[in-house]
This record gives sequence, structure tokens and C-alpha cells, in this order.
Amino acid sequence: MNRTRWQNLRAELGANKFGIVAIVILAVFTLSAIFAFLSPIDPNQLDATAKLQSPNAAHWFGTDDYGRDYFTRALYGGRVSLLVGFASMILATGIGVAIGVASGYFGGRLDNLLMRILEVFLSIPSFLVLLLLSVFLNPSVGNIIVIIALLMWMNIARIVRAETMTLKTREYVLYAKASGQSSLGIIAKHILPNLVPVIIVGATNNVASAIMMESSLSFLGFGVQPPNATWGSMLNNAQGYVAYAPHLALFPGLLILLTVLSFNILGDILRVGFEPKLGRR
Amino acid sequence: MTERLLTARDLRVSFHTRDGDNQAVRGVSFHIDAGETVGIVGESGSGKSVTARAIMSLIQPPGELIGGEIEFRGELLNELPERKWRKIRGNQIAMVFQDPMTSLNPVKKIGQQMIEVIRRHRGLGQEAAKQEAIRLLREVGISDPERRIGQYPHEFSGGMRQRVMIAMALSCQPELLIADEPTTALDVTIQAQILELFKRLKDNPDTAVILITHDLGVVAQVCTRVIVMYGGMIMEEAPVEDLFYRPQHPYTIGLLRSVPKRGGGTRERLVPIEGTPPDLLDPPPGCPFITRCPHAMDKCKELPPMFHIGPGHRSLCWLAEKDHPTVEEVGAGEGNTDV
Amino acid sequence: MSETAERNVLVDVRNLKKHFSKGKNVWGRTTEVLKAVDGVSFQIRRGETFGLVGESGSGKSTVGRCLLRLYDYTDGEVRFDGHDLTKLGEKALKPFRRRIQSIFQDPYSSLNPGMNVLDLIGEPMNIHGLYPGEERKEAVAALLERVGLKREHLYRYPHEFSGGQRQRISIARALSVRPDFVVCDEPISALDVSVQAQVVNMLEDLQAEFGLTYLFVAHDLSMVRHISDRIGVMYRGRLVEVADSDELYDNPLHPYTKALLSAIPIPDPRAANARIVWTGEPEDAERPPLREMAPGHYAALPE
Repeated sequence: MNRTRWQNLRAELGANKFGIVAIVILAVFTLSAIFAFLSPIDPNQLDATAKLQSPNAAHWFGTDDYGRDYFTRALYGGRVSLLVGFASMILATGIGVAIGVASGYFGGRLDNLLMRILEVFLSIPSFLVLLLLSVFLNPSVGNIIVIIALLMWMNIARIVRAETMTLKTREYVLYAKASGQSSLGIIAKHILPNLVPVIIVGATNNVASAIMMESSLSFLGFGVQPPNATWGSMLNNAQGYVAYAPHLALFPGLLILLTVLSFNILGDILRVGFEPKLGRR
Repeated sequence: MTERLLTARDLRVSFHTRDGDNQAVRGVSFHIDAGETVGIVGESGSGKSVTARAIMSLIQPPGELIGGEIEFRGELLNELPERKWRKIRGNQIAMVFQDPMTSLNPVKKIGQQMIEVIRRHRGLGQEAAKQEAIRLLREVGISDPERRIGQYPHEFSGGMRQRVMIAMALSCQPELLIADEPTTALDVTIQAQILELFKRLKDNPDTAVILITHDLGVVAQVCTRVIVMYGGMIMEEAPVEDLFYRPQHPYTIGLLRSVPKRGGGTRERLVPIEGTPPDLLDPPPGCPFITRCPHAMDKCKELPPMFHIGPGHRSLCWLAEKDHPTVEEVGAGEGNTDV
Repeated sequence: MSETAERNVLVDVRNLKKHFSKGKNVWGRTTEVLKAVDGVSFQIRRGETFGLVGESGSGKSTVGRCLLRLYDYTDGEVRFDGHDLTKLGEKALKPFRRRIQSIFQDPYSSLNPGMNVLDLIGEPMNIHGLYPGEERKEAVAALLERVGLKREHLYRYPHEFSGGQRQRISIARALSVRPDFVVCDEPISALDVSVQAQVVNMLEDLQAEFGLTYLFVAHDLSMVRHISDRIGVMYRGRLVEVADSDELYDNPLHPYTKALLSAIPIPDPRAANARIVWTGEPEDAERPPLREMAPGHYAALPE
């Protein structure tokens, strides 16, 4: 990775005033999810005397229908939501990059085969599969991560494949080949490092969609099972009380919105920042 | 004296980048007379293309025309609003670019595109415009133009497309045609055809041509007068014979020496100009050629004025001071300069 | 050919063909073929520079890439120092990949933007296990100085250099594994006139110093004449003329060569170009093979 690229990125970050906000939001959310255990309250602690309280000094986000502290539940919920988001992103990116590079670099029959497989995955109505699988499989966090990743790798694979095909014709790749560098060596030294920008951009957008998928799944009640909370399941739970305890829907909804929005803004900044700038020599 | 068509005075263009201002053109003054063919030669980064774009008012952000004036037939162009500019562009001043494919609409037939331009600029009817289009295509050497106008750009080869672009530029009977590296993307044999077209234009008294190129051969074959640019400034300006046979500026001399001589046998050593062009983000205060010039002296840290060498011949170099002490003023009759 | 002449030949190209598939049907079968190189034979002698000229689409770059074995050949063979490269697998090719090096056209795309100069020039050394460990830096620095750059540039990245400097890095990289033969694929086309001369002079000096043999692919005929001992003119996948460079320029025989030479704009306002136009052969015409018209002067003319 060369220096100008990072300089561009920094400049782009400076120019986009939402960028800093997005990074701060994500940092705060991630840190609070990691350090959720510091909260003195047990997220599953029932309190029949304090049901459906509005936000107040003792309960910042109020309490839910079982009298549990909603703030603490949101902290722990964020843990699952962000974990699913990041983990499925990493898995999906791994699969996507491997398939995209193999397809783009070697081309020919392998490319043909991999792209047909990709099309099959693309043509599956993802949500239906998600629902079916989570009914038949034990809906553990691990399973959900794998399922979401399997439904998300195609986009990255496609972008990476296209970029690999362009990089493959660069003269430095031709030179390496003509000098006896092995295919794996070329991929490791010349292809992958130059794919980093597109991978980062794709991965950022994938986190956002993974969080959305997990939330939707939990919202429909097929995600992580109670009493463990995720932002989606909290939203699901809030359905019955929208009329007289709107804060139950408001807080998890807002958290999902802010997280997804921040990741998308970040993805945008990375995309613009990594674009090659003309004019230097 | 022939009629003065265009005068540029002290043009300055900068590109605002993150690393600072790239001073692409730093005080360029010259003039074009009606009907003549003037070459602007220079290497990449010399400011030759930017100068052309400045004349056409086509400098776009992050670029900015930060100073100077352009006078066309006695009218100051740089103060005109964009609306009026649109009428001048194409009508009186036309431009041809290096890559003809990006200037043609790929989904419209060649004829349609030409007829549109002709009707808009000359107010001819559909049929008359079509006949004019056919006539122009024939004039630029495209055979069977009646059939060709019904074809799409992709059915034309690179050289033919460039001829179409020239035909379109000529269709408005401009008084000035600016061609920016019109043959650089083409093969030599195709380039030769386009150059023949320019040679014919040279004899046309109604159209003056500015030909921007990096190829000294092209200049020698086509132009009557040559402007040599380097580091955003004009180094030397001369009638074509003088430039090739009596070059004054060390940069011009260096440039002429770095191409293989015709008839010079193989393996005759080339004499390159050592070093690299100046960084225009932070150009040297004096002569831009100071870092590569074999004659560089202390005085060169100060920018020389344009010394008058002979009729139409001037040089931005202190070496000329001794024999040709006359300095030309900005906007002076012959040519002009700024220091 | 006599035996000494045979031993003088470093690269021997015999009836080389390289066809690409241009169109494919739904089943992936080739329906249309682009005959980029369609039967080319020539020899390059030790220590000489063989120039290959032609216009875009003539197949000159494809010939260069075939010699680098970036492609498998459709037909024909290439012998390097007596060894047939045609059917060698990647493993058997490896020693030749050191002896045959390359310099490409675009100084912006021929260097990986993410690698510094030390890594760039060190790459072929790594592949072929030369100058391991501490020696590496010294060796690279010496090469840098040899091509007119400085030791301080070792840790710089390509974007910090001008086009001409990048081309010098490419040259240093090609020389780092002490090759015998260098394929120069339009190495100066993307450079400014004054810088072209710097690079050409450097290539000539290095050739004399290291006894290199060059294939110089280009479309700029005046530079090719300057640098080459012998020149081959390509047209639509075939060689139409091969001769010593002065002989080719002074006494061209093939109408295409004549047209090509007359099209060069002469940098002298007093010299008028008398352009010779050649409309070319019809697509389906039988194309005559190269014949020796005068000693060492071959042309593809009908008898």
C-alpha cells in the first residue's frame, strides 16, 4: 500500500464531515458492546415492580415488559449484533476474495464453474433460505454467522474477480510471470495487495447488510433465542407495546439505524478515498 | 501586415491540488494572425495543452485561469459569460482533441451528428446541411461520403474518426482551429494522412490553426511558426525555418539534438537533455530550464525577459542579451511577452 | 547456414504462430480467430539489437510476448541458445526466465505501486535466488547507481519518480539477474522526447557493458533505426521485410516498408515528405513468403 493512497483517504475523511461522526459512533458502540459487563445491572434481571418504565435516572433507556434494564440489554444486544456483523463480514469476505481471485486470475473453465456457482447463490431468495435454515438448524450465533456469510459473499467475489482481471493485465504482473514468479507468488505479491481498497470497501458495506440481516431475522423471532437479547429481537419484543411504551422500539431501532448508516458512510468515504487521483506527474 | 486574430497576454493557469497549486501555465503571451498555422511544441507538463484550453475557456476545476487576457478580433474573451462563449466555441474557434472517440456520440450516426452541428451553427436546412456534410467529408479525404454519413462512429477507424472530427470542426467555418495532439494516438501512416489535411488547411486563408504537439517532425512539416514551451512558459518563438536552422534557446537546441538525425547512420550517439522537468508545484523562481541547461549561470536564477532575435523570433534566455539586447514588451506589435 | 553462423544465433524463431479466439459461442467454443502472429521466422544474433516495427495490430508485441513465453504458441517453435522453449513446462523454463528478461512500455503500469525500489528490483533476484541476505541491498544500490539513480531511492515508491526514472528502475530490474537477452517492448514510447534519448543511450551503454542481446519492439521508426542493427517490419501478423537497418532505410523493397518510411514526419522544414501510399493486400490474397533479395536482405514479394 503506498502512501498517497492513505493521504487521499485522510483528506477525504477530512472533507466529509459525517465521516468523523460515523467513526465516533461505531467506536462508541463497539467499545460499549465489548465492555458491557462493566454495567452493574444483570441484563436478564427481572423486576416485576418496574415494568415498562420510561427512561429515567435509574434506567437510562427505561425498562421492558419484564422490568429488565433496557440500557443494559441494549449493550448486550449490541454485542451479538456487532459480533454477527463483523464475523459474517470476515467470513463472507474470505470466501468472496478466494473465489474472486481464483476466478479472475486463472480464468477459463475454473472461472466458468465458479461463476455458475455464484449465480446459483445469487438466484436463491436469501431471506427464505435464512428462515428455513434457522428453523431446521439450531439457531446459535455461530450458525447464524455462517448462514449470513453464505448469503453475502457473492458481491465481494464479483468485485474482486473484475478487479483481478484488470490487475492481471498490468505490465508488472506480466513482468513477474516472464521472470518466473509462480502463480501463487504473483497473487500474493502483486494481486492481493492491490485488491485491498476494493476489499475494504466491499467488507464495510457487508457489515452493514449482515447487521440488517441479523436484525430482521431476530425481529421475526428466528435469530438468537431469548432470554439473550439482540437489537433485532428487542425490536421484535417491542411490537406489542408501541402504543404505550414507544421507547422500547425507539432505542434498538435507532441503534440499528445509526450503526448501518455509519458503516455505509464509511464505505462511501473509503470508496472515494481509494479512487486513484489524477494529475500527480 | 496580416490581420491579427488572437492575442493572449500573460495567461496564467493553476490547478489547485492537495499538495498545493500546480502552476501549469505561468505567464504565456503570443498572438495568432488570420490564416496562419502555428505549432506549439513541448513535452508533457510544458503547459501546451492547458494553454489551448485556456484560449477556449475550457479550464475546469480544480484548474483556474488566474490571470491574463485573451483578445479575439479586438474583443476581450475572458470576461465573456459562458452563454456568449458557447456561440464563439465552434462558430469562430473550434477544437479537435487527441482521442476522437470520446468526442463523438457512439449511438448517433456520423451524418446526424454533423448535420446537427451544421444546422445549429450555420442555420442551414436539413437537406442543405446534409449536402454540406458530404462535401466536408469528401474534403477531409473520406471516400464514398454519401454512404459513410449513414454509419456509426464504431464503423470508422481511428484515423477516419479523427478526420470526421476535423470535418465537424471545419463545418462551422471557424476562423481559428485548435488541434491538441490530433495525431498522437494514430499510427504513422494514418498520421501522415491527417498531416496532409493540415498542410492543405495551411493554404486556406480563412482558417488559422494552432497545432499542439510534442513531435518536432510534425511541426516541421505543417507549421509556419513555432512556439516552444517548457515549464509553463514560452522559451522560444520563431518562424519554422529559423527554429530548425537558427535555434537560440538552449532548450530548443537540446530538443533538436535529442532526436535521431535523418541520414545520420545508426549508432550515432544521441545527445539527451539530462535531468527532469521542473516540479510546477514549486517551480524555480528564474528560468525553468536552469536545472538542465548546460549554459546555466548565476543570472539565470532571475527570470530573463523575451529578447528580440529577429522578425518574429524571440527567446527567453540571458544568452541572447549580448547580441540581441532588445526586449519585447507585453502586447507589443511583433509578439509580446511578460516577465 | 554455416555452423559458425548457427552458433552466433541466440534466438531462432521458426514459423511462429499465435492465434487468439475473438468470439466464443455459448458452449465456450471458439467461433472467430484473431491471427495476431501468423507464421513469423527470424533469427537474433548474439550481441545485436533486432528491431521489430509495425503499426498497431501488426502483431509485433505478441511476438515479444511469445519470446517471453507469456503465451503458449499456436504453432511453430522458438529456440533460445539451442534449446527449444516451445514445449517446456514452467519448471524447466525457470533458468530461461532468468536469462530472458523484459522491459515494458508503460512506466506507470510496469512497476507495482505498492512496492518500494528495493523490493521491485529484488523481486527477480528473489525468484532466482541471487544475492541473498545482506548482499541484496548493496547489489540493488549498485544497480540503481548504474542506471543513474541514487542509493537514497532504495526505499522510495514508484509514484515518487518521473516516467523516465521509472523506466530506469525497470531497466535495473531486468539487469538484476544478469540476463543474456532482453525483450524491450516499446520501452520509450511513453516518454518525452528529451528523456527518450537518455533511455536509449543507457540501453546502448548497458548492451556494450554486459554483452546483451536486445529485441526492440517499437512503432517509432527513427528511434528503431538508431538503436537496431537489423530490423524486421511486421504487417498483419507477418514479417514483410528483414534487413540491416541502414539497408532497410536506404533501400526498402516491400511497398509497405516504403509507405511506412515515407510517412515519418521529418524534423526539417526544408525536407518535403514525398509520401508513398500503399493500400495493402486484399484480406484473402495469398501472401508470399520472405525471400532473400540481396545478401541479408529479405522481403515478402511475389516472384
